Amino acid sequence: MSAAEETGDVVQGFRRIRRGGVTARFDHSQAGIIRALVSQVAELVGEPEEAPDAPGTEEPGPAGAGNPLADLASLLDSRAPEGPPEDPALARLLPDAYRDDAEAAGEFRRFTEEELRSGKVAAAQTVLATLPEDGGKVDLSTEDAQVWLRALNDVRLTLGVRLSITEDFAERVLDLDPADPRSAYLWIYDWLTFLQETLVRALR
Amino acid sequence: MSVAPAEVERPEAAQEVVPDTPWVTIVWNDPVNLMSYVTYVFQQVFGYSRRKAEKLMLDVHHKGRAVVSSGTRESMERDVAVLHGYGLWATVSHDK
Repeated sequence: MSAAEETGDVVQGFRRIRRGGVTARFDHSQAGIIRALVSQVAELVGEPEEAPDAPGTEEPGPAGAGNPLADLASLLDSRAPEGPPEDPALARLLPDAYRDDAEAAGEFRRFTEEELRSGKVAAAQTVLATLPEDGGKVDLSTEDAQVWLRALNDVRLTLGVRLSITEDFAERVLDLDPADPRSAYLWIYDWLTFLQETLVRALR
Repeated sequence: MSVAPAEVERPEAAQEVVPDTPWVTIVWNDPVNLMSYVTYVFQQVFGYSRRKAEKLMLDVHHKGRAVVSSGTRESMERDVAVLHGYGLWATVSHDK
């Protein structure tokens, strides 16, 4: 786990509002970054592993999700449970529910993964619906703020895998050469961490 | 899991936790989830007090894992599904 650094400078995060809910202000580029990243997560988790009737699909994704024939095949063959997604970021968002029991993990996945995926897509859509493209003041109900919390976390989990984030992240980001192409993404990750921390604090 | 004195438990947990149903939900440490967020999720999902949620969060952080709930296999699978929705790395296991 990680702890967000205390940031006492001009960067504004979320704060609680008296009549209920939370508020934050985003500039144009901040809004653009958040919108782009939650859209990417939605695309990542919303994409069926196998697209039936989609000619030209080159990647033969793992059997399952939405393909009636694959569902039938896995029903008939109980020894072929659905495995975790091959993409490590997707596997982190949709993890196995059993550690040392692939069959139980596959069974669990078969019955729950679709709902988990659609919940994450819906969370991303809530962010897109409440954050104007140009930025500005964003007032969220407590319910929407809780959804934002999950959506921001999914973005951070995805970036965390892509950037190989470790618990000594804070030292890494400071030591990194600004010319390193990962540098910008690490700063974005750091900013999202701060933003999520302010949102948790505003909600509790 | 250690026995905490006089904590706020979610009401249904009291009925589900039977000594003969050795199933548990385990949350594993990961480098991304925020300590404050994990505490918040434990409070939201299980209705645990802030103190109990923080203790569990610190167990995850320092020991690499913690048992966060116990009960029937079905209820543990429900807990794990909810925790996955929050992005926590959770698994169902037999208690040992």
